Parts: sequence; C-alpha cells; structure tokens
Amino acid sequence: MAQHPAKPPRVGDKPAIRWTLIAFVVFFGSLLVLAPLLVIFTQAFALGIGHFAETIALPDTRHAIFLTVLTALIAVPLNTIFGIAAAWAITKFEFWGRRFLLIVIEIPFSISPVVAGVAYLFVYGLQGLFGPALQSAEIQILFALPGIVLASMFVTAPFVARELIPLMQAQGRDLEEAATSLGASGWRTFLTVTLPNIRWALLYGVVLCNARVMGEFGAVSVVSGKIRGQTNTLPLHIELLYHDYNTVGAFAAASILAVLALVTIVAKLALERRGAGRAGRPALASPTVAIQEKTS
Amino acid sequence: MKITLDQVVKTFDTFRAVHGVSLEIESGELVALLGPSGSGKTTILRMVAGLEYADAGSIHFGDEDATNIPVRERGVGFVFQHYALFPHMTVGENVAFGMKVSKVRRSKDEIARRVEDLLRLVRLEGLGNRFPTQISGGQRQRVALARALAVDPKVLLLDEPFGALDANVRRDLRRWLREIHDELGITTLFVTHDQEEALDLADRVVILNEGRIVQQGTPEDVCRRPGSAFVMKFLGDTNRLAGTATGGIARVSGATVPAPGVGDGPVEILARPVDLGWATAGDGIPAQVARVIDQPQGRRILARIETGEAVELDVPADMQVAASDHGYVSILRGNVFPVS
Repeated sequence: MAQHPAKPPRVGDKPAIRWTLIAFVVFFGSLLVLAPLLVIFTQAFALGIGHFAETIALPDTRHAIFLTVLTALIAVPLNTIFGIAAAWAITKFEFWGRRFLLIVIEIPFSISPVVAGVAYLFVYGLQGLFGPALQSAEIQILFALPGIVLASMFVTAPFVARELIPLMQAQGRDLEEAATSLGASGWRTFLTVTLPNIRWALLYGVVLCNARVMGEFGAVSVVSGKIRGQTNTLPLHIELLYHDYNTVGAFAAASILAVLALVTIVAKLALERRGAGRAGRPALASPTVAIQEKTS
Repeated sequence: MKITLDQVVKTFDTFRAVHGVSLEIESGELVALLGPSGSGKTTILRMVAGLEYADAGSIHFGDEDATNIPVRERGVGFVFQHYALFPHMTVGENVAFGMKVSKVRRSKDEIARRVEDLLRLVRLEGLGNRFPTQISGGQRQRVALARALAVDPKVLLLDEPFGALDANVRRDLRRWLREIHDELGITTLFVTHDQEEALDLADRVVILNEGRIVQQGTPEDVCRRPGSAFVMKFLGDTNRLAGTATGGIARVSGATVPAPGVGDGPVEILARPVDLGWATAGDGIPAQVARVIDQPQGRRILARIETGEAVELDVPADMQVAASDHGYVSILRGNVFPVS
C-alpha cells in the first residue's frame, strides 16, 4: 500500500465530495429539523420553569393532553389490528379485488386530511347520511371523542399495513405452510411463526401510526368542533393558544407534543436494542429494511 | 403407507397444471416425480401434502380418502425447496416445533430427547443451539428433514430437496437420504427436475410433461426402454437424426438401426453420445469434426454430418482425432420413433 499512495478513489469517494455531501446533509438536517425543535423548547422555558409548569397545569391544556393520549390509546391498537389483518389478507391469500384493496388502503396517504374531515361531516353530520338516525339514537359522533378517533384512524389507516405488506410479500407463505404441515393451528402459526418475523416492521408501523395520530391536525380540526376543554386535542390546543397571543403557552404545549413523539421513538429504540441483544438472536427484518422499502 | 392418486386434476386460473394424473406409490417406496419446470410435479406433491386441493379426482392414503383432509391433519412430513426453517428459532426449536404444537402431549424431557435423537439421525449433534443463518445449506436441508420426521409422518414429501446445493454436497446428501429412507422405511415422494438425482435416488421414477405422466418405471426401465422421444431427450444428451423406416429397419445415409414394430415412413433416430461410433474409414454417415472436447472419462467429438445436422459422440480417451478431420459416424444403439 505504501508504494501506491495515489490509489484511485472509487466513484464519488473523493474527500471533497464526501465532506461536501456530509456537510450539506448535516446543515440542512439541523436547519430543517433540529433548529425548530430547539426553538420550541427554548421558547417554552423562556419565562422560566415555573411559568412552564403553570401553563401545563391549566385545565384546558391538561384536558388536551389527556384527549390526545386517549385518542392514541384507542386509534393505534385498532389500526394495528386492521393493518395486520389487511397485510395478512393481501399477502397470504389470492382473491378477486386484491389490487383494488391495496389501493383502498393507500387512499388516506394521498388525500388531504381536511377532505377526510369534511367527508366525515357529510356522513355523520346532522344533515349527513347517518345524521338523523344517529341523532334519534342519541349517539354523538361529531364534535365528540368518537369523531376524533374516527378521523385519526382514517388518516393513519395505511401506516401499519404499508410497513408489513412488502416484508410479508418477500417472506412468502413457506413458513406458514411449514408450520401448518407440522400440525400448528392458524392462530398458533400466527403467534409463533408470523409475528416474530414481522415484529420490527410492525413496531415501526405502530410508532409511525402513533406519532401521526397524536399530531393529526387537519381532519380532527374539522370533526372535533374545537370546543375548548372538551374536544380540543393537543395540536388544536396549540393553535388556539397561539391565536390567543399566548406564545409561551403555545410553545409549552408544543414541547409536550414533541416530548410525546420523542418518547415513542425512544421506546422503539429501547425495544429494538433489547430484542437484538437477546442471546445472539439475529435481528430479523430490522427496521432499516422497513425504512428502505418506505422510500422506494 | 400406500398412496393412491386417481384422476387428479388441478387448474390455476385458466392454466391446467395437472391433467388427470393417476399414480400408485407402494408402502415404503421411494419415488421421484421428474419433469421440466411447468410439468405439474410440484403441484402434484402439494396436493398429496394437502397444501393444494385437487379440483377433481381423489387421493388415498392406504384405504383412507385423504382428498379433503386439511394439511394440518394429513400427517405428512413436507420438506420445502428452500427449507422454510423458522429463522427466529434455533435448530433444536425448529425440530421440536411439530411436537410442541401436536395434540399428543409430550413432556419437555421427552421432546428434548427426541430432538437429540433426530439431530443424531441427521448427523447434526451439537448444533441444536445454532440459528438457521449460522449453518450451511446442506445442514439446513438436514434440519428441515429432521423437523419433518419429528411428527412421525405417514408419508415424507420433498420438493426439489437438493436444488439449492452445490454438486458435491448434493451427491453426498442424496446417498445419505437413501440410507435414511432404507433405515426408516417411510413412503417417500420427491420432486426434481434433475434426471441424475431421480435415477440415483429413486426406486421408481415418474416422468411428467405438461401435467401428464409420460412414463413411469424403475430407473432401468426408463433409461433402457424410453417410451417416447420426450423421455429419451429429457433423461440425457441425445442426438437426433432424421431417417426413413422400411420393413422394420431405419436408415439414415450410410447407417441402419433396427426399428422393430415401427411402420414405414419418416422416423427420428435418437442416440446417446456413447451410442455413436467414430471411424476414419468404413460404413457410416460421412461427417467432419468441428471440435473435440476433452473430459476426464474420454473425449467428446462435436461433428457435423453431411446433411448439416450436428451430432455429439463420446469416444475413448486414446482416440486420435482433431478438428476438421473427416470420418464416419456409426450408430451402435438407437431408439427409433415415428415422426408425428
């Protein structure tokens, strides 16, 4: 090696290119992602920790946090079950309309959440399709928790399914067939063979779904009615505080929302590390696969 | 356990994969389903396993009609082409899986003992704690077999068992599978597209083409008495020469082959490279050598006969021959089929 110091660099491997590229990504990453986050936290604590605590302790803010977490606790498990069922149906069965179903699942990705909210108004609103029937049965969906949950679920319906489908397609049906031929029931096959092999993609889908449910603004703002202290979720509450010229309050609430998102990501990382460290078990279908497939 | 297939049919969408196949596999027999891709061999195997249902016809295990018994209750051991080992379980856990999910309750010790026994049978003692990614392809193949045998199957089914392995490993595993079969005496059906594998391993070979059985018999039957040009060509390198038959003798310029029972008219003469002879003078079809390939067991001459058809013939290693030499090809043995 010493005799050949001028080893020709591989394509795109020149130091200048390498450092320019890294610097570019780091610069824009900080500018676009890190800087706003830092601003949120500094602004939230601008008037001291006491003021921050006071803002958080306001009943309306506390209720907004409660409502957001409650919505996530209902919507995320339901969408996880939906996502697993949809991915299973699409990848393990052959049936008429399979491709159509795949498109249906993807619709929420391409439709603006506001459109979804307005559509829910037309379906469940007083003048809507089921409106009169719901009213006579005294079931309130709009401007209440059910509406918020439904709108959040609409927006996040594809997340889990979309993570699982490419992975389950790549894995094929061999493992399930093998388990069944060895005498395992369908449920047992799912729990002991399918689930362990999709767990990282599933976890990633759940984390994305959760982050999106907690942060959902557009669809929820249409169906919730934005009643302060009753149907205001955290994102809606942030906007409301901001319009009240309560900048610190808005930033404090925003920091709570950001913390909730960070907690999910940290929880995911912790789970992954624990899983990967278990007695040398190979980290199957690690989330990198899921990320790669998402960008493709 | 004897397996009987009667007029089994399977169609996928509009493609008919299996046309009315009837087949009997005697108890304890080792049978190969041999055919090119798309011949329906894997579909037949999967129907015997219960992984696919037959559209028509019946499948019996012994006297029991198994046609509609689901795979879970059919009691077959199935070895998948790519093994389908559970990647998140150790080798031992893979082998134990069938016993753990079985309706027959077994104690932990009993399962552990049986896993040990099976790993010894497939010569993988001490590898029970490895994961499938940590062992070689040949070892995975053996784990898959041990896992299938763990549930005491009535029938063992293997889909292209050695397809993904390199040639040397394949030959060893073949002999070894034969030994295991002889030891356990379990009725075994396997699918392959490799004629050498089928002839080497099986008691009986069933040759399929386009969803139909074209010939079945012992390796000797199908090699020495191929029933059709397809079987002859599929089983190995074949030269095809166009000729004419008159009075039970087929003729092609300068050479003759006995053709008992073949009617007068145009025929094709099929002969293996070893069934052709080479001489610099005398009777035979005039030909010119295009190339000589040297192989460990002899020399192969690639030649062109006067009609322009290419032929390949195997000659002893010590024969002096070179490209562009002229000579005569004689047909020592050949199978004659009428041109349809």
